[in-house]
Amino acid sequence: MNAILNFFKPDFLKQKRGVHPPEHKAESTQLPIAKLAMPQKLVLPLRQHIGNMPKILVSVGEHVLKGQLLATPECTVSAAIHAPTSGTILSIADEIIPHPSGLPDKCITLIPDGKDQWANLTMIDWRNAPKEALIASLCTSGIVGLGGATFPTHIKLRSSGKSNIQTLVINAAECEPYITCDDMLMREHAEEIVQGIEIAQYLLGAEKSVIGIEDNKSIAQQAMQAALTGKPISIVTVPTLYPSGDARQLIHLVSGIEIPHDKRATEMGVQVFNVATVRALYRHFTFGEPAINRVVTVTGNVAQPQNFEVLFGTPLTALTQATGGAKPDTTHYIMGGPMMGFDLPTPEVPITKATNCIIAASPHLFAPPPPAMPCIRCARCAEACPIQLQPQELYWFAKSDAFEKARDYKLFDCIECGVCTYVCPSNIPLVQYFRYAKSEVIAADKAKEAADLARERNEFRLARIEREKQERAQKHAERALGTKAEAAKAASAKTDAANEAPTTEAPINSATDEAAKAAKQAAIAAAIERAKAAKAAADATGLAPKNTAPANPAVQQEIAEIDARRKNVGLANTNEAPMMADAEKQAKIAAAIARAKAAKAEAEAAKQAQNLELKE
Amino acid sequence: MNRSPYISDAPSVSMIMLKVLLALVPGIFAYAWIYGGGILVTIALATLTALAAEAALLKIRQRPIKPHLMDLSAVVTAWLLALALPPLAPWWLIVVGTLFAIVIAKQLYGGLGYNPFNPAMVGYAVLLISFPLIMTKWPAPLILAQTKLSFLDQLYFIFNQVLPNDIKVDAITSATPLDYLKTHLKLNQTLSEISQAPIFGVYGAKGGEVVTGAYLLGGLYLIQQRIIGWHLPTAFLGALSAIALVFYVANPEHFASPLFHLTSGASLLCAFFIITDPVSGPTTPRGKLYFAAGVGVLTYLIRVYGGYPDGVAFAVLIMNMCVPLIDAHTQPRVFGHEK
Repeated sequence: MNAILNFFKPDFLKQKRGVHPPEHKAESTQLPIAKLAMPQKLVLPLRQHIGNMPKILVSVGEHVLKGQLLATPECTVSAAIHAPTSGTILSIADEIIPHPSGLPDKCITLIPDGKDQWANLTMIDWRNAPKEALIASLCTSGIVGLGGATFPTHIKLRSSGKSNIQTLVINAAECEPYITCDDMLMREHAEEIVQGIEIAQYLLGAEKSVIGIEDNKSIAQQAMQAALTGKPISIVTVPTLYPSGDARQLIHLVSGIEIPHDKRATEMGVQVFNVATVRALYRHFTFGEPAINRVVTVTGNVAQPQNFEVLFGTPLTALTQATGGAKPDTTHYIMGGPMMGFDLPTPEVPITKATNCIIAASPHLFAPPPPAMPCIRCARCAEACPIQLQPQELYWFAKSDAFEKARDYKLFDCIECGVCTYVCPSNIPLVQYFRYAKSEVIAADKAKEAADLARERNEFRLARIEREKQERAQKHAERALGTKAEAAKAASAKTDAANEAPTTEAPINSATDEAAKAAKQAAIAAAIERAKAAKAAADATGLAPKNTAPANPAVQQEIAEIDARRKNVGLANTNEAPMMADAEKQAKIAAAIARAKAAKAEAEAAKQAQNLELKE
Repeated sequence: MNRSPYISDAPSVSMIMLKVLLALVPGIFAYAWIYGGGILVTIALATLTALAAEAALLKIRQRPIKPHLMDLSAVVTAWLLALALPPLAPWWLIVVGTLFAIVIAKQLYGGLGYNPFNPAMVGYAVLLISFPLIMTKWPAPLILAQTKLSFLDQLYFIFNQVLPNDIKVDAITSATPLDYLKTHLKLNQTLSEISQAPIFGVYGAKGGEVVTGAYLLGGLYLIQQRIIGWHLPTAFLGALSAIALVFYVANPEHFASPLFHLTSGASLLCAFFIITDPVSGPTTPRGKLYFAAGVGVLTYLIRVYGGYPDGVAFAVLIMNMCVPLIDAHTQPRVFGHEK
């Protein structure tokens, strides 16, 4: 009914959410996907996915083969890391990773030996093997969502066994400007993608698969159509409108299902996979290949934008050189698209599973935004918001720290797509405000949770104390009653025997008591003396005090020798060894704090920027 | 740092305001053609006053002066107020009205983006309440005037309140059709008798119809340029016409036709330029419909039953008060949520 009404609606009455920025996709689709020359070294961050850091299986100096498992997933939500080529492990240390914080994380550095020699790959016949075996195999494949979310794929396929998936949606929208890696992959490897879809559909037990492609990729669509001949998989063309590639938006576009805000797509019987991910599935189940490379778009301010098949861990500099180098006015690099991407801290970072696009940025390409002006409530943001939020109201609430109000206005439904900022005449960094507000709400929630827990504990404790008090009182009462009864009994007995027995109570011997006290004090004084002596000795040698008093000469000799050795290695304090272990831990804590601070500072910077501009 | 999106596709605030000014130009030309070039003096004076007041207040409030003068919002306020004033308003009236609009209604509330009331309408309402006599005295359109004043005569009059050749002010001014209608209906005249007066044109005020048409032109340009949406003008004009039609059908000899109401007073200026002020208006689509319909109905009721000939300013200010309420109760359904 709505669809019919919508058809007769004049254009200006139709709800058209999202935006259509200049695509800039033609630049990087001129040339086919190229293989990158083997780089000098590969730096593999251990955390290239959402979830826990995998456990390292190799050590420095070890020679590894291409496809060899370097780190195995720990816990459920984790992904494996494999050697992208054969070579030697140079180091396992903290390196700068492609992350907005610019902070280092643990990486394995591999020096390729140039032979590119494969390890023995274990094949698994997906049509005949039991599903558990397939999932287990996927678990160590290192395959994660290659659309950018990097969620471990084995979980998406495993959990859906229970949740009854009907529809598999393949995300080929690629709605962000500049990015063409999925487009080129479909043009060149449509067959592999289609077979990957079949594998995913089989694993999910889904009834149907639908591919959602934006209508600006006609060549890719034709290639896919040709590969789909005779297969019960359909293509739905969706309008080129950012952010139609957002999972929930795409599901709505291709199937009409609107996923409720508090449910996952899988609960509604829908699972979404990116085209590059299903292709990785195909490679894994056909050739036994783990995730070791991906297609990356390199575009923007470079001589010849192009897509490359890049080994994970390849330094960004190697990639930009392959495009003929960045133009001289390049200021920095952006990872991802211009709508949701972020500035890379240095050009030295490695390519990871999350890297779909690298854009060389220049002031000419991405002019710095003019200073923000006050919001004039023009509601362009509300008209463009794909979630139909009211960003102008959320901004007002975020700015005035009215976070509860912001939550009421569905702050947490914001997907941070950046459309609101894109259309804002006042150049207000709305997304940054929303991130800030979200972090504040989450922090407040956590604090409240902790406070609630503490209060609960305290109440429990008070209740316990009260209960114990009552129990004690009761016991006392009972005992009092008992003793009274006994006393009464005893009294009656006493009166009976009063004449026969004298009192048996011993008189206090005050003399012995005083002697005991004196002995005790003497012992204490002696102990203090010993401690003082030990301390003095320690001060003299610069060593920590230790209990040497009861040691025999042989033991003392040994202790002296140990001390000498310790002095030689420069350890003056016995406590230092454990402290060294602590130092690493503390460094980690400091790093975590720094990361948290950076995130907060970013949010606040946005806020301050606005304030400053106003005060200027 | 994550500062995406790196790209933007938005006209600047200055560009939006500039287009609003541009859309007012046909109306100003029509106005000048009908009532003489004095309006240009009024506009110039209001603009200068507005910019000076804005700059002074920004300085006092320690805010950046240049970007806020360049946003042109003060100029838009000045032009709208100038167009609402009688064509030969004395200079001090223009200055006082503009100062009130900029200083009190806008800057003291926090400047651009923070004013709950439409500044031009606040300025107008203050003048109307304080100086009702001058505010309701409009010169007859040039086509009807016996003594035609030249531009220089008008300029001189604005600053000195003296007309050449000892002409009395009353000789060139008369009531506006809305005013005339109101007073003569009270004298128990029928509408067909009243509309025989020379100040009435085909539908509304003679000459005023032309200005109205020019505003419509400017308004359509703004919609085409996506500076304003269709909700506000449509709901306002629709509500005004609807309520006028009901009364008109009930008693055509006592209530003017919807077309008269559309072409008289500030109806079209209001529809496209005044209620479309985003700062003091609602933001939700449904809210815009309610807000504009409210202004339309109130305008009609004040015109017919109120103490002032035109009700636009008060209707807008009353509805401005309702904006937070309207916005809160017209929130659209969020994706993935039940209504």
